[in-house]
Formats: sequence, C-alpha cells, structure tokens
Amino acid sequence: MKAVSKVYMVLIFLFLYAPIFVLILFSFNNSNAMSRSVFSGFSLRWYRQLFGDRMILEALRNTLIIAVVAAAVATVLGTLGAIGINSLKGKWARRMAMDVTNLPMVNPEIVTGVSMMLLFVIAMRAVGAGLGFGSLIIAHITFCLPYVILSVRPKLLQMDPHLYEAAQDLGCTPVQAFFKVVLPQIAPGIVSGAMMAFTLSIDDFVISYFTSGTTQTLPIYIYSMTRKRISPEINALSTVLFAVILVLLIVVNVSQSGSAARAARRQAKAEEAEEL
Amino acid sequence: MKKRICSFLLALLVACSSAAPAFASAGSNSSRALAGTTIHVYNWGEYISKGTDGSMDVNAEFTRRTGIQVDYTTFDTNESLYSKLAGGGAQYDVIVPSDYMINKLIKQNMLEKLDYQNIPNYQYIDKQYRNLSYDPKGTYSVPYTWGTVGILYNKKYVKKEETTSWDILWDKKYAGKILMFDNPRDAFGIAQKKLGISYNTTDSNEWEAAAALLKQQKPLVQSYVMDQIFDKMDSGEAWVAPYYAGDGESLSRENPNIGFTIPTKQGTNFFVDALCVPKGCQNKAAAEAYINFLCSPEVSAANMQTIGYSTPETAARKLLPKEMAQSMICYPPQSILDKAEVFTNLPDKTLTLIDELWTEVKMGGSGDTLTLIFVLCAFLAVYVGIVIYKKQKRKKEME
Repeated sequence: MKAVSKVYMVLIFLFLYAPIFVLILFSFNNSNAMSRSVFSGFSLRWYRQLFGDRMILEALRNTLIIAVVAAAVATVLGTLGAIGINSLKGKWARRMAMDVTNLPMVNPEIVTGVSMMLLFVIAMRAVGAGLGFGSLIIAHITFCLPYVILSVRPKLLQMDPHLYEAAQDLGCTPVQAFFKVVLPQIAPGIVSGAMMAFTLSIDDFVISYFTSGTTQTLPIYIYSMTRKRISPEINALSTVLFAVILVLLIVVNVSQSGSAARAARRQAKAEEAEEL
Repeated sequence: MKKRICSFLLALLVACSSAAPAFASAGSNSSRALAGTTIHVYNWGEYISKGTDGSMDVNAEFTRRTGIQVDYTTFDTNESLYSKLAGGGAQYDVIVPSDYMINKLIKQNMLEKLDYQNIPNYQYIDKQYRNLSYDPKGTYSVPYTWGTVGILYNKKYVKKEETTSWDILWDKKYAGKILMFDNPRDAFGIAQKKLGISYNTTDSNEWEAAAALLKQQKPLVQSYVMDQIFDKMDSGEAWVAPYYAGDGESLSRENPNIGFTIPTKQGTNFFVDALCVPKGCQNKAAAEAYINFLCSPEVSAANMQTIGYSTPETAARKLLPKEMAQSMICYPPQSILDKAEVFTNLPDKTLTLIDELWTEVKMGGSGDTLTLIFVLCAFLAVYVGIVIYKKQKRKKEME
C-alpha cells in the first residue's frame, strides 16, 4: 500500500512538472529552426535573442508594472474591505456583502471583460481619453479584489475578536492596536492574497484583451503569435520567470521558517525565565 | 472559440467608433516634420523584422529616419482585429487586415481613404497585386504580403504526387495523421475547392455541402490547430497538413523530411494582407509615412526574409537571397495563380451560417445547446430542491 501511494505521489508530481521541465529544456535548444520537438544541442541563443527583443521586453514590462500596481492596490483595498465586512453589524449584511464580493469570481471572464470595456469606452469618451494603461490597471484591480478579500477574511474570523479591545485596554490607540495587534494576526492572509492577485494579473488574457486599448501585455503578445509559431524566446522568458518565482518562494520559506524558529526560541526562553 | 463568441457579441454591440474628423494631411514632403509624434500600429504576431539575428529592426529604423515613435502591438486573427476596432476604445493608425476583412471594413465605412501622394513607394507594388476584388479601386489599402495555401507533408510516409489534390486530406490511409485549419474560412475553403465551388458563394446549400464534407473528414483528423502545425509536422506526429505557403516554405527548408505542395488540381486560395488606415486616425500623414516606409524595397525584403511570405514588389524580390527569390512555393507559376481564388467578405446571414456550421463540425454532430441548457437547469432545480428539503427537515428536528 505504501509503495502504491509513493508511486501515485511521484506520478502526480510528474504530471504537474513535466511540462515545465520540457519547456526549460527546450529554452536551451540550439536549433536554427524554431523546433520545439527535436532537441539538437545546448545553447543560450534564445536567451540572447530574448534580451535583444524590444517587443517582448516591452510587453513584459507592461505586464509587470500592471501586476505590481494592481496587486498592491488590490491588497490594500481588499484588506480594508475584509475588515469592513467583518465588522458589519448583522448576519444578513455580512452575507450580502460576501455574496456581492464573490460574484465577480464566478462571473465568466468574457462577460466581465466586455462589460468593463463598454463602461470604459463610455467613461473615457466623456473624459476624452483612450483605453490603455489606466483602464488595464483598473480592470486588474477589480478582478483581483475578491481573491484578496477571500484570503484575508478567514484570518479575521480565526482571530479572537477581543484582542483588539484588549490592546486598547492596555493603552494602545486604535491605530496602534490595528498595526501592532490585528495586522500581524492577519498578515499571512494578506501575503497570500497579494501573491494570488499578482499571479492572476500576470496570467490574465481575456479581460486584458478587452480593456487594453493599444497597450500590450505578455499574454496578449503570446496569443498573437498563433498564426506563425510561438518563438522559443517565450520558452526562455518562461524559464526566467519560473526561476525568479522559485527563488522568491525559497527566500520566503527560509525566512519564514527562520522567524518561526526564532519565535520558538523566544518562547522557550520565556518559559525558562518563568520557571526561575 | 471564446474569442469568436466575443467577436460575435461585439458585432452585435454596434459601438460606433469615435467620429473625430481626421486632420487633413498637409502632404508635407519634409520627412522630419512629424518628428515627436507617435503612431499606433496593429499587425499580425511575428509579422515584421525585429532586428534579431542581425536583421533590420524595421520600427527602430523608421523612428531613426523620421523621428516618429511607433507603438507596435499584435493580433492573431482578422476577427479579433475587427472586434478590437468595432468595440471602440482602441484607436489605431495603421492596421494589416487580410483581403476579406478589408472588404468588410470598407463596406462598414471603417477605413480612411489613403493619400497616395504620401506613399510614393506604391510605384514598386506590381500591377497584379493592385485593385484586387476586395478593394477594386485601390483607394484604401497597400499590399504588404501575399501568399497561397498548400499542403505540408512528411516525405517518409507520403508521396509528392498525392499532394497535388486536396483529396489527400480525406484519405483514410492517413487517418489520425491529418491536421486541419482551426479557422472556418480556411477549413471550409478546402472542402469547397474539393467540391469545386467558390469560396464566396452565398448559397446556403453549398455551405451545408462543404460542412458535410468536413464532418465526414472529422474522424480522420488528429486535431484542428494553427501554430501547433509546425511542431506536429516537425516531430512526425502528423503527416499531412494544410498551411500558408510562406510558413510551408520555411518549414520545408528547416526540415528535410518535410515537403510542401500547392495543389494544382482544384485550385487554391490566394490571400493578401494589406496596410490600411482605420477611420478616426489622428495622425494620417505619419501613418502614410509608415506605410510608405514598409513599401520601400529594402524594408519589404528585410521583412520577407524574417516572415518567409511573398512580397508584392519585384524590386524587393530581387534583393532577397536566391533560394527565397526563386522559390516556386512563394512565387508559384502564373498557371497556379490563375486558378487561385481570393476570399471576399460575405453577407452577415452567410457568416452566421458559417459560424453555426463550424461549431457543428468541431463539436461533432449537432451541438444542441438548448438540450444542454435544459439539462443544466434540471440539475439546478434538483439541487435547490434538495437544499430546501434539508432545511425543512432541520427545522422539524429543531422543533
């Protein structure tokens, strides 16, 4: 039985990661033809081409700027929103608020995209501007918000509601109480919400496609290659992105386990002091 | 599929694009007069020389010579280009639609008339690519590339003689090794040529007949793809596939096992992608300067070297490397071109029919949406019923 479950685990991970490994392998492929099926020797040519390709780099720059701004704004707004929803008086009000929040997540992207585009077109015409960076960022913030709220709210529910009051009893101003007591409690939720918003924003194609005007993000650029063929430069770029995310994850995990270890040590010391 | 629905939705949402009057171009001859302005160009993906591997970076070169900045973005199908234009909110200065889409845009009054005074390089465009059926008077468009459709085949398994007719795509010998276009106009086109009918028929029975032929072919087709054709043919996963001549040529040059033939028996599709200026363009003179720049033989040659398609300029063709300039695939003999037919725009009724038929072909059998919706509703009703029943039960228990 143990062996079976082990094999099963290996298979699952294989299915999950095999495509990524193939992609990484072919980003080093040295074939003149842009072959993605025949491996013919190791080279860094696609990386060289990638860093000389203004169009891809510009699309990447747009994507990253939008993702960072949208994730940051959505995280702040979403956290505030979650706290607000949590402190609503009355079960029905809270329920209604959560339902309204969850609607955009189950709404088909196409509908969201088209409706936003129509709204933006009308609004922008009134202002006399075109769609572009601004509308893209607004759209991304909008679809990231529910996910942030969704990941922050459980942390708030887990928290003892009296903590905030207790902090104030011990001489905190409300602002101090929030930053020193509530925020550390819900921080993990905020971080995972921010990460989710960031990846969603980088990935999004449909909503961006409708609200982008003449701005181009990376997914739109990659989709537009489908009449010719998708250049291996994209493999190289994906590899770079994958490596960056992997390093980030490792750093986050190491620092977290480090802080956890520190906290455990501190607690042990405190217990020792009590015993003395 | 998703995007096709969008295009359709947007076509319904008649959002008139902003009717700002275009500034009359002064037709200034000084090329630096427009320096500092920006034009928005919308082209096919991977459809221009971008300076990799020592080629010309066309957009940078244009900016260097004129001082005009190029904001360059890309699309993947004519339909998505149309939905972007029709939706408003995106104002482009230069676009590159294909023949039938140009025709549609002209009919819907979505293109600006070009001032050929500002495009002196138009002289290099050969006579046979001017004033074609989609733009009969040659007032709206300047050809950028052209090509035909042919058959890619794996020389190990398929004989060249077999590829002179579209029938090979229906040959049971190659069941599971055949690929097909993943867009309705091209896929139906092949069936229509096999039946000997025109691409641009408005007779619904003829479209039905072509659809029947495609349905008959479906069990033999490995998949309906576009860009994956390269990989699947390259690796030997598939043996026969129709594709555009420019790409067929470059793939057969890269891989000695792959051949490419333009079927001579029933005729083929002749397509042109041309440069146009959409209505409402704010910087027409700069847009025309860009079109003019793309038409200069050296730039056209540099682009063709990257893209692999055919140039409409003999002067540019002379600048190409020998194997490209003399390619029988990119520049087929006149006898093949005489039998080739161009797509034109079709009435809305026919387009809706094509969409329906195409969905049927790809779904296999008739995709009865109504039944599906009904079944889903039934499920939902049952679910809601169960929830209510449980609540009632709980209430009773509480009491």
